[in-house]
Amino acid sequence: MEEERHTEAKIGAETGRGSSPRGPGCSLRHFACEQNLLSRPDGSASFLQGDTSVLAGVYGPAEVKVSKEIFNKATLEVILRPKIGLPGVAEKSRERLIRNTCEAVVLGTLHPRTSITVVLQVVSDAGSLLACCLNAACMALVDAGVPMRALFCGVTCALDSDGTLVLDPTSKREKEARAVLTFALDNVERKLLMSSTKGLFSDAELQQCLAAAQAASQHVFRFYRESLQRRYSKS
Amino acid sequence: MAAGFKTVEPLEYYRRFLKENCRPDGRELGEFRTTTVNIGSISTADGSALVKLGNTTVICGVKAEFAAPPTDAPDKGYVVPNVDLPPLCSSRFRSGPPGEEAQVASQFIADVIENSQIIQKEDLCISPGKLAWVLYCDLICLDYDGNILDACTFALLAALKNVQLPEVTINGETALAEVNLKKKSYLNIRTHPVATSFAVFDDTLLIVDPTGEEEHLATGTLTIVMDEEGKLCCLHKPGGSGLTGAKLQDCMSRAVTRHKEVKKLMDEVIKSIKPK
Repeated sequence: MEEERHTEAKIGAETGRGSSPRGPGCSLRHFACEQNLLSRPDGSASFLQGDTSVLAGVYGPAEVKVSKEIFNKATLEVILRPKIGLPGVAEKSRERLIRNTCEAVVLGTLHPRTSITVVLQVVSDAGSLLACCLNAACMALVDAGVPMRALFCGVTCALDSDGTLVLDPTSKREKEARAVLTFALDNVERKLLMSSTKGLFSDAELQQCLAAAQAASQHVFRFYRESLQRRYSKS
Repeated sequence: MAAGFKTVEPLEYYRRFLKENCRPDGRELGEFRTTTVNIGSISTADGSALVKLGNTTVICGVKAEFAAPPTDAPDKGYVVPNVDLPPLCSSRFRSGPPGEEAQVASQFIADVIENSQIIQKEDLCISPGKLAWVLYCDLICLDYDGNILDACTFALLAALKNVQLPEVTINGETALAEVNLKKKSYLNIRTHPVATSFAVFDDTLLIVDPTGEEEHLATGTLTIVMDEEGKLCCLHKPGGSGLTGAKLQDCMSRAVTRHKEVKKLMDEVIKSIKPK
Protein backbone atom coordinates (compact mmCIF):
# COMPACT_ATOMS: atom_id res chain seq x y z
CA MET A 1 0.00 0.00 0.00
CA GLU A 2 1.44 3.41 -0.91
CA GLU A 3 1.47 6.22 1.63
CA GLU A 4 -1.07 8.96 1.65
CA ARG A 5 -0.07 12.08 -0.18
CA HIS A 6 -2.00 15.30 -0.16
CA THR A 7 -1.27 17.46 -3.18
CA GLU A 8 -2.59 20.94 -3.63
CA ALA A 9 -4.73 21.33 -6.72
CA LYS A 10 -3.56 23.95 -9.20
CA ILE A 11 -6.04 25.97 -11.20
CA GLY A 12 -5.08 26.95 -14.73
CA ALA A 13 -6.33 30.22 -16.20
CA GLU A 14 -8.25 28.90 -19.20
CA THR A 15 -7.64 25.23 -18.96
CA GLY A 16 -9.17 23.26 -16.12
CA ARG A 17 -6.52 21.42 -14.29
CA GLY A 18 -6.83 19.22 -11.24
CA SER A 19 -4.58 17.06 -9.18
CA SER A 20 -5.83 14.38 -6.86
CA PRO A 21 -5.51 14.82 -3.13
CA ARG A 22 -5.44 11.20 -2.13
CA GLY A 23 -7.53 10.23 0.83
CA PRO A 24 -6.55 7.71 3.47
CA GLY A 25 -6.58 4.07 2.47
CA CYS A 26 -6.48 4.82 -1.24
CA SER A 27 -3.90 2.72 -3.04
CA LEU A 28 -4.34 4.27 -6.45
CA ARG A 29 -1.41 6.10 -7.95
CA HIS A 30 -1.40 9.84 -8.03
CA PHE A 31 -3.70 11.07 -10.76
CA ALA A 32 -4.13 14.40 -12.50
CA CYS A 33 -6.37 15.73 -15.21
CA GLU A 34 -6.24 18.70 -17.53
CA GLN A 35 -9.23 19.76 -19.62
CA ASN A 36 -9.76 21.98 -22.63
CA LEU A 37 -6.11 21.90 -23.63
CA LEU A 38 -6.64 21.38 -27.38
CA SER A 39 -8.19 24.10 -29.53
CA ARG A 40 -9.66 22.07 -32.42
CA PRO A 41 -11.77 19.38 -30.77
CA ASP A 42 -15.04 20.32 -29.08
CA GLY A 43 -13.72 18.80 -25.89
CA SER A 44 -10.38 17.46 -24.78
CA ALA A 45 -8.76 16.06 -21.69
CA SER A 46 -5.45 14.64 -20.62
CA PHE A 47 -5.53 12.07 -17.85
CA LEU A 48 -2.47 11.01 -15.87
CA GLN A 49 -2.30 7.98 -13.63
CA GLY A 50 1.15 7.70 -12.10
CA ASP A 51 3.29 7.64 -15.26
CA THR A 52 0.54 6.50 -17.63
CA SER A 53 -0.83 9.37 -19.65
CA VAL A 54 -3.58 9.46 -22.29
CA LEU A 55 -4.77 12.44 -24.31
CA ALA A 56 -8.41 12.43 -25.47
CA GLY A 57 -10.26 14.66 -27.90
CA VAL A 58 -14.00 14.64 -28.62
CA TYR A 59 -15.64 15.93 -31.78
CA GLY A 60 -19.37 16.08 -31.69
CA PRO A 61 -22.24 16.03 -32.15
CA ALA A 62 -21.16 16.54 -35.77
CA GLU A 63 -22.07 15.56 -39.30
CA VAL A 64 -22.18 11.82 -40.00
CA LYS A 65 -21.73 9.83 -43.21
CA VAL A 66 -25.04 8.56 -44.54
CA SER A 67 -23.73 5.00 -44.52
CA LYS A 68 -22.98 5.22 -40.80
CA GLU A 69 -25.96 7.20 -39.58
CA ILE A 70 -28.48 5.73 -37.16
CA PHE A 71 -31.96 7.20 -37.51
CA ASN A 72 -32.73 7.62 -33.81
CA LYS A 73 -29.37 7.94 -32.08
CA ALA A 74 -25.92 9.42 -32.36
CA THR A 75 -23.21 7.25 -33.92
CA LEU A 76 -20.30 6.92 -31.53
CA GLU A 77 -16.82 6.30 -32.86
CA VAL A 78 -13.65 5.69 -30.90
CA ILE A 79 -10.16 5.84 -32.36
CA LEU A 80 -7.28 4.67 -30.21
CA ARG A 81 -3.75 5.37 -31.36
CA PRO A 82 -0.90 3.53 -29.66
CA LYS A 83 2.26 5.36 -28.71
CA ILE A 84 4.42 3.49 -31.22
CA GLY A 85 3.51 1.67 -34.38
CA LEU A 86 0.31 1.42 -36.38
CA PRO A 87 -2.98 0.55 -34.75
CA GLY A 88 -3.57 -3.21 -34.89
CA VAL A 89 -6.15 -5.80 -33.90
CA ALA A 90 -5.58 -5.24 -30.17
CA GLU A 91 -6.38 -1.54 -30.58
CA LYS A 92 -9.56 -2.42 -32.51
CA SER A 93 -10.63 -4.64 -29.64
CA ARG A 94 -9.97 -1.87 -27.10
CA GLU A 95 -11.81 0.67 -29.27
CA ARG A 96 -14.83 -1.63 -29.25
CA LEU A 97 -14.70 -1.87 -25.43
CA ILE A 98 -14.42 1.90 -24.95
CA ARG A 99 -17.07 2.61 -27.57
CA ASN A 100 -19.62 0.27 -26.04
CA THR A 101 -18.96 1.76 -22.59
CA CYS A 102 -19.50 5.29 -23.91
CA GLU A 103 -22.63 4.18 -25.79
CA ALA A 104 -24.12 2.93 -22.55
CA VAL A 105 -23.81 6.32 -20.84
CA VAL A 106 -24.07 8.88 -23.63
CA LEU A 107 -27.66 10.02 -24.30
CA GLY A 108 -27.43 9.40 -28.02
CA THR A 109 -31.17 9.77 -28.59
CA LEU A 110 -30.88 13.52 -27.97
CA HIS A 111 -28.74 13.88 -31.10
CA PRO A 112 -30.05 11.52 -33.77
CA ARG A 113 -28.22 11.23 -37.10
CA THR A 114 -25.05 12.83 -35.75
CA SER A 115 -21.65 11.45 -34.95
CA ILE A 116 -19.64 11.76 -31.75
CA THR A 117 -15.98 10.84 -32.25
CA VAL A 118 -13.60 10.18 -29.37
CA VAL A 119 -9.94 10.13 -30.33
CA LEU A 120 -7.46 8.75 -27.80
CA GLN A 121 -3.71 9.08 -28.08
CA VAL A 122 -1.47 7.10 -25.73
CA VAL A 123 1.25 9.47 -24.55
CA SER A 124 2.98 7.12 -22.14
CA ASP A 125 2.17 3.65 -20.89
CA ALA A 126 3.24 2.57 -17.41
CA GLY A 127 0.45 0.13 -16.57
CA SER A 128 -3.39 0.38 -16.32
CA LEU A 129 -3.62 1.76 -19.84
CA LEU A 130 -7.21 0.79 -20.57
CA ALA A 131 -8.45 2.34 -17.32
CA CYS A 132 -6.58 5.56 -18.08
CA CYS A 133 -8.11 5.65 -21.59
CA LEU A 134 -11.59 5.28 -20.10
CA ASN A 135 -11.00 8.08 -17.61
CA ALA A 136 -9.60 10.38 -20.28
CA ALA A 137 -12.54 9.62 -22.58
CA CYS A 138 -15.04 10.42 -19.82
CA MET A 139 -13.37 13.72 -18.93
CA ALA A 140 -13.19 14.70 -22.60
CA LEU A 141 -16.89 13.91 -23.12
CA VAL A 142 -17.73 16.10 -20.12
CA ASP A 143 -15.54 18.89 -21.49
CA ALA A 144 -17.30 18.67 -24.84
CA GLY A 145 -20.67 18.99 -23.15
CA VAL A 146 -22.03 15.72 -24.55
CA PRO A 147 -25.16 14.78 -22.56
CA MET A 148 -24.59 11.67 -20.47
CA ARG A 149 -26.74 9.73 -18.03
CA ALA A 150 -23.80 8.95 -15.76
CA LEU A 151 -20.05 9.36 -15.56
CA PHE A 152 -17.83 6.33 -15.75
CA CYS A 153 -14.34 5.50 -14.61
CA GLY A 154 -11.86 2.73 -15.24
CA VAL A 155 -10.11 0.79 -12.49
CA THR A 156 -7.49 -1.94 -12.94
CA CYS A 157 -6.81 -4.76 -10.46
CA ALA A 158 -3.89 -7.14 -10.60
CA LEU A 159 -3.85 -10.49 -8.80
CA ASP A 160 -0.49 -11.88 -7.76
CA SER A 161 0.26 -15.59 -7.75
CA ASP A 162 -0.38 -15.68 -3.99
CA GLY A 163 -3.72 -13.94 -4.33
CA THR A 164 -2.87 -10.40 -3.21
CA LEU A 165 -4.87 -7.70 -4.89
CA VAL A 166 -3.13 -4.61 -6.20
CA LEU A 167 -5.14 -1.68 -7.54
CA ASP A 168 -3.83 0.46 -10.40
CA PRO A 169 -0.74 -1.68 -11.06
CA THR A 170 2.41 -0.49 -12.81
CA SER A 171 3.58 -2.28 -15.97
CA LYS A 172 6.07 -4.33 -13.97
CA ARG A 173 3.37 -5.59 -11.62
CA GLU A 174 1.04 -6.29 -14.54
CA LYS A 175 3.66 -8.51 -16.17
CA GLU A 176 4.33 -10.43 -12.98
CA ALA A 177 0.66 -10.77 -12.04
CA ARG A 178 -1.33 -13.94 -12.54
CA ALA A 179 -4.40 -12.01 -13.66
CA VAL A 180 -5.15 -8.40 -14.59
CA LEU A 181 -8.78 -7.25 -14.54
CA THR A 182 -9.99 -3.88 -15.83
CA PHE A 183 -13.48 -2.67 -14.95
CA ALA A 184 -15.50 0.33 -15.99
CA LEU A 185 -18.03 1.45 -13.37
CA ASP A 186 -20.70 4.11 -13.51
CA ASN A 187 -21.08 6.66 -10.74
CA VAL A 188 -24.83 6.37 -10.18
CA GLU A 189 -25.07 2.83 -8.88
CA ARG A 190 -21.47 1.56 -9.27
CA LYS A 191 -22.69 -1.06 -11.70
CA LEU A 192 -20.26 -2.92 -13.90
CA LEU A 193 -20.33 -1.38 -17.36
CA MET A 194 -17.33 -3.01 -18.96
CA SER A 195 -14.92 -5.73 -18.00
CA SER A 196 -11.79 -6.94 -19.73
CA THR A 197 -9.62 -9.60 -18.14
CA LYS A 198 -6.30 -11.27 -18.74
CA GLY A 199 -5.14 -14.46 -17.04
CA LEU A 200 -6.85 -17.06 -14.87
CA PHE A 201 -8.81 -16.27 -11.73
CA SER A 202 -11.58 -17.80 -9.65
CA ASP A 203 -15.14 -16.62 -9.13
CA ALA A 204 -14.45 -15.52 -5.54
CA GLU A 205 -11.43 -13.49 -6.64
CA LEU A 206 -13.58 -11.80 -9.27
CA GLN A 207 -16.10 -10.67 -6.65
CA GLN A 208 -13.25 -9.48 -4.43
CA CYS A 209 -11.71 -7.44 -7.26
CA LEU A 210 -15.08 -6.02 -8.22
CA ALA A 211 -15.71 -4.88 -4.63
CA ALA A 212 -12.24 -3.31 -4.42
CA ALA A 213 -12.78 -1.59 -7.77
CA GLN A 214 -16.13 -0.20 -6.62
CA ALA A 215 -14.48 1.22 -3.50
CA ALA A 216 -11.62 2.72 -5.53
CA SER A 217 -14.02 4.23 -8.06
CA GLN A 218 -15.34 6.43 -5.26
CA HIS A 219 -11.98 8.20 -5.13
CA VAL A 220 -11.90 8.66 -8.88
CA PHE A 221 -15.42 10.10 -8.97
CA ARG A 222 -14.63 12.42 -6.10
CA PHE A 223 -11.61 13.60 -8.04
CA TYR A 224 -13.76 14.19 -11.14
CA ARG A 225 -16.20 16.24 -9.08
CA GLU A 226 -13.52 18.31 -7.38
CA SER A 227 -11.60 19.00 -10.57
CA LEU A 228 -14.77 20.10 -12.37
CA GLN A 229 -15.87 22.19 -9.40
CA ARG A 230 -12.56 24.01 -9.37
CA ARG A 231 -12.74 24.60 -13.06
CA TYR A 232 -16.17 26.14 -13.05
CA SER A 233 -16.08 27.98 -9.74
CA LYS A 234 -15.36 31.67 -9.90
CA SER A 235 -12.58 32.39 -7.50
CA MET B 1 -50.35 -9.87 -38.18
CA ALA B 2 -47.59 -10.90 -35.82
CA ALA B 3 -45.05 -10.54 -38.63
CA GLY B 4 -46.22 -6.97 -39.24
CA PHE B 5 -45.93 -6.09 -35.58
CA LYS B 6 -42.48 -7.65 -35.47
CA THR B 7 -41.24 -5.47 -38.32
CA VAL B 8 -42.67 -2.25 -36.98
CA GLU B 9 -41.90 -2.65 -33.28
CA PRO B 10 -39.28 -5.40 -32.88
CA LEU B 11 -38.44 -4.49 -29.31
CA GLU B 12 -42.06 -4.46 -28.13
CA TYR B 13 -42.69 -7.76 -29.92
CA TYR B 14 -39.75 -9.23 -28.07
CA ARG B 15 -40.81 -7.83 -24.72
CA ARG B 16 -44.16 -9.62 -25.02
CA PHE B 17 -42.29 -12.92 -25.09
CA LEU B 18 -39.89 -12.01 -22.32
CA LYS B 19 -42.82 -11.18 -20.03
CA GLU B 20 -43.89 -14.81 -20.32
CA ASN B 21 -40.28 -15.89 -19.61
CA CYS B 22 -39.69 -17.36 -23.02
CA ARG B 23 -38.35 -16.33 -26.42
CA PRO B 24 -39.82 -16.29 -29.96
CA ASP B 25 -38.07 -19.53 -30.88
CA GLY B 26 -39.65 -21.28 -27.90
CA ARG B 27 -36.57 -21.43 -25.70
CA GLU B 28 -36.46 -20.52 -22.04
CA LEU B 29 -34.29 -17.62 -20.93
CA GLY B 30 -31.53 -19.93 -19.76
CA GLU B 31 -31.68 -22.49 -22.53
CA PHE B 32 -29.05 -23.00 -25.21
CA ARG B 33 -29.80 -23.86 -28.81
CA THR B 34 -29.11 -27.37 -30.06
CA THR B 35 -25.34 -27.80 -30.26
CA THR B 36 -23.88 -30.19 -32.79
CA VAL B 37 -20.23 -30.84 -33.44
CA ASN B 38 -18.44 -32.74 -36.18
CA ILE B 39 -14.76 -33.42 -35.66
CA GLY B 40 -12.14 -34.32 -38.24
CA SER B 41 -14.17 -33.60 -41.36
CA ILE B 42 -11.45 -31.71 -43.27
CA SER B 43 -8.86 -34.26 -44.38
CA THR B 44 -6.39 -31.68 -45.70
CA ALA B 45 -6.11 -29.97 -42.32
CA ASP B 46 -4.13 -31.34 -39.40
CA GLY B 47 -7.18 -30.92 -37.21
CA SER B 48 -10.67 -29.62 -37.84
CA ALA B 49 -14.07 -29.22 -36.26
CA LEU B 50 -17.46 -27.92 -37.32
CA VAL B 51 -19.75 -26.54 -34.63
CA LYS B 52 -23.41 -25.62 -35.03
CA LEU B 53 -25.20 -23.67 -32.31
CA GLY B 54 -28.72 -23.58 -33.69
CA ASN B 55 -28.16 -21.85 -37.02
CA THR B 56 -24.76 -20.33 -36.20
CA THR B 57 -22.14 -22.44 -37.93
CA VAL B 58 -18.40 -22.10 -37.43
CA ILE B 59 -15.74 -24.33 -38.90
CA CYS B 60 -12.20 -24.42 -37.55
CA GLY B 61 -9.23 -25.83 -39.43
CA VAL B 62 -5.78 -26.13 -37.86
CA LYS B 63 -2.65 -26.36 -39.99
CA ALA B 64 0.78 -26.94 -38.49
CA GLU B 65 3.87 -25.51 -40.09
CA PHE B 66 7.48 -24.95 -39.17
CA ALA B 67 8.87 -21.65 -38.01
CA ALA B 68 11.80 -20.27 -36.10
CA PRO B 69 10.84 -19.66 -32.47
CA PRO B 70 10.69 -16.05 -31.25
CA THR B 71 14.04 -14.65 -30.17
CA ASP B 72 12.75 -13.62 -26.74
CA ALA B 73 11.30 -17.11 -26.10
CA PRO B 74 13.40 -19.66 -27.98
CA ASP B 75 11.64 -22.64 -26.41
CA LYS B 76 8.12 -21.68 -27.43
CA GLY B 77 6.04 -22.25 -30.52
CA TYR B 78 3.12 -20.18 -31.83
CA VAL B 79 -0.64 -20.55 -31.94
CA VAL B 80 -2.11 -18.07 -34.40
CA PRO B 81 -5.91 -17.81 -34.47
CA ASN B 82 -7.84 -15.94 -37.14
CA VAL B 83 -11.59 -15.48 -37.26
CA ASP B 84 -13.06 -14.79 -40.67
CA LEU B 85 -16.59 -13.49 -41.11
CA PRO B 86 -17.14 -13.67 -44.87
CA PRO B 87 -20.10 -12.07 -46.68
CA LEU B 88 -21.42 -15.63 -47.03
CA CYS B 89 -22.50 -15.79 -43.41
CA SER B 90 -24.50 -12.59 -43.15
CA SER B 91 -25.55 -9.62 -45.23
CA ARG B 92 -23.99 -7.22 -42.73
CA PHE B 93 -20.44 -8.17 -43.77
CA ARG B 94 -18.78 -6.93 -46.94
CA SER B 95 -15.86 -8.51 -48.72
CA GLY B 96 -12.47 -6.91 -48.21
CA PRO B 97 -10.19 -6.49 -45.19
CA PRO B 98 -11.53 -7.93 -41.93
CA GLY B 99 -14.12 -5.68 -40.34
CA GLU B 100 -14.26 -4.69 -36.70
CA GLU B 101 -16.38 -7.68 -35.66
CA ALA B 102 -13.89 -10.15 -37.12
CA GLN B 103 -10.92 -8.38 -35.57
CA VAL B 104 -12.56 -8.27 -32.15
CA ALA B 105 -13.42 -11.97 -32.39
CA SER B 106 -9.84 -12.84 -33.43
CA GLN B 107 -8.46 -10.88 -30.50
CA PHE B 108 -10.93 -12.60 -28.18
CA ILE B 109 -9.85 -16.07 -29.33
CA ALA B 110 -6.18 -15.08 -29.02
CA ASP B 111 -6.85 -13.90 -25.46
CA VAL B 112 -8.66 -17.14 -24.57
CA ILE B 113 -5.75 -19.23 -25.87
CA GLU B 114 -3.27 -17.09 -23.97
CA ASN B 115 -5.21 -16.86 -20.70
CA SER B 116 -6.38 -20.45 -20.43
CA GLN B 117 -3.02 -21.96 -21.38
CA ILE B 118 -4.90 -24.53 -23.43
CA ILE B 119 -1.61 -25.61 -24.98
CA GLN B 120 1.73 -25.21 -23.32
CA LYS B 121 3.69 -23.33 -25.99
CA GLU B 122 6.81 -25.20 -24.87
CA ASP B 123 5.21 -28.41 -26.19
CA LEU B 124 5.34 -26.93 -29.68
CA CYS B 125 9.07 -26.49 -29.66
CA ILE B 126 11.07 -29.02 -31.65
CA SER B 127 14.58 -27.67 -31.29
CA PRO B 128 15.08 -24.67 -28.99
CA GLY B 129 16.17 -21.59 -30.88
CA LYS B 130 15.96 -23.30 -34.26
CA LEU B 131 12.65 -24.95 -35.02
CA ALA B 132 9.17 -24.88 -33.59
CA TRP B 133 5.63 -25.64 -34.67
CA VAL B 134 3.26 -22.85 -35.51
CA LEU B 135 -0.44 -23.79 -35.42
CA TYR B 136 -2.54 -21.64 -37.72
CA CYS B 137 -6.13 -21.90 -36.49
CA ASP B 138 -8.54 -20.54 -39.06
CA LEU B 139 -12.11 -20.12 -37.88
CA ILE B 140 -14.60 -19.39 -40.63
CA CYS B 141 -18.19 -18.56 -39.93
CA LEU B 142 -20.53 -20.14 -42.42
CA ASP B 143 -23.78 -18.87 -40.96
CA TYR B 144 -24.07 -15.94 -38.56
CA ASP B 145 -27.04 -16.15 -36.23
CA GLY B 146 -25.62 -14.64 -33.06
CA ASN B 147 -23.32 -15.99 -30.36
CA ILE B 148 -20.30 -16.25 -32.59
CA LEU B 149 -17.83 -16.24 -29.69
CA ASP B 150 -19.22 -19.37 -28.06
CA ALA B 151 -19.22 -21.25 -31.35
CA CYS B 152 -15.65 -20.14 -32.18
CA THR B 153 -14.28 -21.15 -28.78
CA PHE B 154 -15.93 -24.57 -28.98
CA ALA B 155 -14.76 -25.11 -32.57
CA LEU B 156 -11.22 -24.16 -31.66
CA LEU B 157 -11.15 -26.51 -28.68
CA ALA B 158 -12.57 -29.41 -30.66
CA ALA B 159 -10.18 -28.83 -33.57
CA LEU B 160 -7.14 -28.65 -31.29
CA LYS B 161 -8.18 -31.94 -29.69
CA ASN B 162 -8.25 -33.42 -33.16
CA VAL B 163 -4.81 -32.16 -34.23
CA GLN B 164 -2.20 -34.81 -34.79
CA LEU B 165 1.39 -33.67 -35.20
CA PRO B 166 3.92 -35.92 -36.91
CA GLU B 167 7.15 -36.76 -35.17
CA VAL B 168 10.08 -34.54 -36.16
CA THR B 169 13.73 -35.41 -35.65
CA ILE B 170 16.68 -33.20 -36.44
CA ASN B 171 19.22 -35.10 -38.47
CA GLY B 172 22.57 -34.67 -36.66
CA GLU B 173 24.65 -34.62 -39.85
CA THR B 174 22.64 -32.49 -42.21
CA ALA B 175 20.92 -30.42 -39.47
CA LEU B 176 17.70 -30.74 -41.45
CA ALA B 177 14.37 -31.68 -40.00
CA GLU B 178 13.02 -35.09 -40.87
CA VAL B 179 9.29 -35.55 -40.63
CA ASN B 180 7.91 -38.99 -39.95
CA LEU B 181 4.33 -38.87 -41.23
CA LYS B 182 3.61 -42.38 -40.06
CA LYS B 183 4.12 -41.58 -36.39
CA LYS B 184 1.62 -38.97 -35.26
CA SER B 185 0.69 -37.87 -31.78
CA TYR B 186 -2.14 -35.80 -30.38
CA LEU B 187 -1.55 -32.44 -28.76
CA ASN B 188 -1.47 -32.18 -25.00
CA ILE B 189 -4.61 -30.14 -24.26
CA ARG B 190 -4.27 -28.98 -20.67
CA THR B 191 -7.52 -27.16 -20.06
CA HIS B 192 -10.90 -27.05 -21.74
CA PRO B 193 -12.16 -23.47 -21.89
CA VAL B 194 -15.84 -23.16 -22.72
CA ALA B 195 -17.52 -19.84 -23.47
CA THR B 196 -21.03 -18.88 -22.39
CA SER B 197 -22.55 -15.71 -23.79
CA PHE B 198 -25.41 -13.67 -22.38
CA ALA B 199 -27.36 -10.72 -23.69
CA VAL B 200 -28.73 -8.02 -21.38
CA PHE B 201 -32.18 -6.65 -22.10
CA ASP B 202 -33.61 -3.40 -20.76
CA ASP B 203 -30.82 -3.30 -18.18
CA THR B 204 -32.37 -6.11 -16.16
CA LEU B 205 -33.04 -9.37 -17.95
CA LEU B 206 -30.26 -11.76 -18.85
CA ILE B 207 -30.76 -14.30 -21.61
CA VAL B 208 -28.37 -17.03 -22.62
CA ASP B 209 -27.15 -17.78 -26.17
CA PRO B 210 -28.66 -14.83 -28.06
CA THR B 211 -29.62 -15.24 -31.72
CA GLY B 212 -28.72 -12.61 -34.29
CA GLU B 213 -31.96 -10.67 -33.79
CA GLU B 214 -31.66 -10.80 -30.01
CA GLU B 215 -28.10 -9.48 -30.15
CA HIS B 216 -29.30 -6.59 -32.25
CA LEU B 217 -32.04 -5.67 -29.76
CA ALA B 218 -29.95 -6.23 -26.65
CA THR B 219 -28.57 -3.36 -24.60
CA GLY B 220 -25.41 -5.25 -23.67
CA THR B 221 -23.60 -8.55 -23.94
CA LEU B 222 -21.44 -10.61 -21.59
CA THR B 223 -19.22 -13.59 -22.35
CA ILE B 224 -17.73 -15.80 -19.65
CA VAL B 225 -15.03 -18.34 -20.49
CA MET B 226 -14.58 -20.99 -17.85
CA ASP B 227 -12.35 -24.01 -17.57
CA GLU B 228 -13.13 -27.28 -15.82
CA GLU B 229 -11.93 -26.20 -12.38
CA GLY B 230 -14.35 -23.28 -12.33
CA LYS B 231 -11.57 -20.78 -13.02
CA LEU B 232 -12.38 -17.92 -15.32
CA CYS B 233 -10.18 -17.38 -18.33
CA CYS B 234 -12.04 -14.37 -19.56
CA LEU B 235 -14.87 -12.11 -18.45
CA HIS B 236 -15.60 -10.15 -21.59
CA LYS B 237 -18.18 -7.46 -21.15
CA PRO B 238 -17.78 -4.88 -23.88
CA GLY B 239 -19.82 -2.06 -22.41
CA GLY B 240 -23.59 -2.04 -22.44
CA SER B 241 -25.95 -1.80 -19.47
CA GLY B 242 -24.52 -2.10 -16.00
CA LEU B 243 -24.62 -5.36 -14.07
CA THR B 244 -24.58 -5.90 -10.33
CA GLY B 245 -22.38 -8.47 -8.58
CA ALA B 246 -25.42 -10.66 -7.86
CA LYS B 247 -26.36 -10.89 -11.55
CA LEU B 248 -22.78 -11.88 -12.33
CA GLN B 249 -23.06 -14.72 -9.85
CA ASP B 250 -26.11 -16.10 -11.68
CA CYS B 251 -24.17 -15.96 -14.92
CA MET B 252 -21.28 -17.85 -13.34
CA SER B 253 -23.47 -20.71 -12.23
CA ARG B 254 -25.03 -20.95 -15.69
CA ALA B 255 -21.53 -20.98 -17.20
CA VAL B 256 -20.55 -23.89 -14.93
CA THR B 257 -23.49 -26.03 -16.08
CA ARG B 258 -22.82 -25.13 -19.71
CA HIS B 259 -19.22 -26.24 -19.33
CA LYS B 260 -20.34 -29.67 -18.16
CA GLU B 261 -22.76 -30.02 -21.10
CA VAL B 262 -20.15 -29.04 -23.67
CA LYS B 263 -17.43 -31.22 -22.19
CA LYS B 264 -19.75 -34.23 -22.21
CA LEU B 265 -20.72 -33.62 -25.82
CA MET B 266 -17.14 -33.24 -26.95
CA ASP B 267 -15.93 -36.36 -25.11
CA GLU B 268 -18.71 -38.39 -26.73
CA VAL B 269 -17.80 -37.17 -30.21
CA ILE B 270 -14.09 -37.77 -29.75
CA LYS B 271 -14.73 -41.28 -28.51
CA SER B 272 -16.84 -42.01 -31.56
CA ILE B 273 -14.14 -41.02 -34.06
CA LYS B 274 -12.68 -44.14 -35.61
CA PRO B 275 -8.87 -44.03 -35.47
CA LYS B 276 -7.33 -43.50 -38.93
